[in-house]
Amino acid sequence: MSALPSASRRDFLRQCLTGAVALGASRMPEAQQAALTAKSRVVVAHDPLLRGTGSTVDASRIQSLLDRAMLARFNRDRTVDTPLAAWRRLVRPGDRVGLKVNTLGGRGIASNLELVEAICERLQQAGIKTGDIVVWDRDSQEMERAGFKLSIGGDRVQCFGSDRVDYEDDLAAYGSVGSRLSKILTRYTNVLINIPVLKDHDGAGVTIALKNMYGVIHNPNKYHPNGCDPYVADLNMLPEIRTRMRLTICDATTAMYEGGPAFKPEHSWKCNGLLVSSDPVALDATGWRMIERKRAEKGLKTLEAEQRSPRYIVTAADREHRLGNCDPSCIEVVEINAEV
Amino acid sequence: MLRELVRSQGERLPTNRSPRAPLDRRSFLMCALASGTALGELAVPACASPSALSSQSGQQTQNDEQFVVEAKFYEKLPNKKIKCKLCPRECNVGDKERGYCGVRENRGGIYHSLVHSRVCAAHVDPIEKKPLFHYLPGTVAFSIATAGCNVNCKFCQNWDISQSRPEQIPADYAPPQRIAALARQFNCPTIAYTYSEPVVFSEFLMDTADAGHQAGVRSIVVSNGYIQQDALRQAYGKMDAVKIDLKSFSESYYAKVVTGQLKPVLDTLVTLRKMGKWTEIVYLVVPTLNDSDAEFRGLAQWVKANLGTDVPLHFTQFHPEYLLKNLPITPVPTLERAKAIADAEGLHFVYIGNVPGHPAQNTYCPQCRKMLVERVGFTASTLLIRKDGSCPFCRHLIPGIWHA
Repeated sequence: MSALPSASRRDFLRQCLTGAVALGASRMPEAQQAALTAKSRVVVAHDPLLRGTGSTVDASRIQSLLDRAMLARFNRDRTVDTPLAAWRRLVRPGDRVGLKVNTLGGRGIASNLELVEAICERLQQAGIKTGDIVVWDRDSQEMERAGFKLSIGGDRVQCFGSDRVDYEDDLAAYGSVGSRLSKILTRYTNVLINIPVLKDHDGAGVTIALKNMYGVIHNPNKYHPNGCDPYVADLNMLPEIRTRMRLTICDATTAMYEGGPAFKPEHSWKCNGLLVSSDPVALDATGWRMIERKRAEKGLKTLEAEQRSPRYIVTAADREHRLGNCDPSCIEVVEINAEV
Repeated sequence: MLRELVRSQGERLPTNRSPRAPLDRRSFLMCALASGTALGELAVPACASPSALSSQSGQQTQNDEQFVVEAKFYEKLPNKKIKCKLCPRECNVGDKERGYCGVRENRGGIYHSLVHSRVCAAHVDPIEKKPLFHYLPGTVAFSIATAGCNVNCKFCQNWDISQSRPEQIPADYAPPQRIAALARQFNCPTIAYTYSEPVVFSEFLMDTADAGHQAGVRSIVVSNGYIQQDALRQAYGKMDAVKIDLKSFSESYYAKVVTGQLKPVLDTLVTLRKMGKWTEIVYLVVPTLNDSDAEFRGLAQWVKANLGTDVPLHFTQFHPEYLLKNLPITPVPTLERAKAIADAEGLHFVYIGNVPGHPAQNTYCPQCRKMLVERVGFTASTLLIRKDGSCPFCRHLIPGIWHA
């Protein structure tokens, strides 16, 4: 009888340990798995004709750009060969999906309506009920000023601010952060898709994916000292956020390289792009580089030279937080361009 | 709508309810009972507020814009930015952003207070509850607050209003004249700005103090003292007395636990002294964090050297709250140790607070050692100090504002 190679005790323990790590990792958010195992993929999608001949974003072109970006993000797995398959990797029927937009900057620099509609369309095709999709930010008035039409109740896509449902009474705390979380996050959603914009921030350096979570809490003003470091990273560690976060789709149709977070048309550019990643740290690091490139092009100092480099992104990737990768060697940037 | 009372640094109520929630009948009764107990024989209405505020002001709904006024203390910077000059934090605030306090907003390069006349808590409190022990003992203060604070103490007992933005908390529109009228209506000789952090509603405080004085009502403030010198002179210059929460005598504690700085608070105390404002100091003793002999001694020596021996110093008991729930209540012997050290350094009026029935809540003549003011709970049950402020037994002058 041929005997199978017998495992030594040391080998057995090593295999168990490896298995345990693998099992543990499978329950981690994807960004953290990536941080431990592989490069994080960030898709940077551009369409120079996104606006056609006008100033507004063309709905069909942004839908198409989104589809290509989603496919590029998820096609590592060969079973994902259509945009819809990508969305089905992300959500399942029965999920209640929150789309956290950014509307502070008003119409000039808010999450794009056509983009949000395109995402809602694909979510529904992936089996999410219309009424289980919530488009939200901290304040309903700000959302209206950014062009969103409020919708509360019924079978339509829900659209309202945290002011309509308030914040949890109990504090959620991690590290330097102790905050009340929006009930939209905690009670209306089990999946979070982050839809920030790409812009400069006078205090934090840049505000993209990680900092967009400031719109989830009742006291963001407490966390702006020291360039928001380590507050942004600590906030994103809260289990209520981390366990829901599935994807960031950064709206870079219009972006700002200076003067943020309020809209300054003189410091904005028509970037006509999207950034998509499951790793918010990698996405922020990539967006930061894009902003620095634009600043250099405009003859501006680096954020570092202005002493407002976004250190919180590095903190988010450190050993304590491990929210994702910020080292360029650990980030795979996939650039795609729309068919012209 | 009734905005219920909230606890100030030294106060505790039997229920832990948020001011966001409307009062139900049971809560109202508990609140009335608690306040009635505290008020004792003064027989002042327990909850002065706010139903009165809204019904007579005719404002039933919260319209954010009615509370907005241009801020007094800031500098304009290029690109529509501003630098706040109200507190030492000196927030640089971009357009459409708010300062650390959460109640001041840059709108197109002009800085605004969002909380003028925006009263989220109001109550008739004994003055001993602030605590002010050498200011009109046995009287009551019409006590008000808005949302917001310029620090973030990990032990804050009123964090649900101090650490919130104004629009997150129900509030009533109560302009200064209305506050002054209510104070008179409830027989309060004083308006107290308290509960959250009055520094952040300085414009409202200043206007209300003026309105109060015109109506014959005084003003006192309960503050962390974390304020710039110019704002201090202008705003607290209108006060009749001041209580400062000196949260520690170490910069590292201020940095880690308070999110502020010690030095500006000490500067505030010195300036108040120079301004001749009646000032009392409260030091909340937090087990293991600011309760060493060296810190107590350093504090007492600094007070003696810079403010004199007659400044009342209250060592008060900590209760676990907010982000410091892992620490125990301050043991009474720790408070007694603090008092003994301060006494030994030569301070004349060292009190122990938040410990009902403790003899160190009474005022004793520093010369003849006789008891001059006896306090039971928040009530001054005995007041022997003469009209001229002297001890009836030895004629030693007792510092303070004793009679209206």
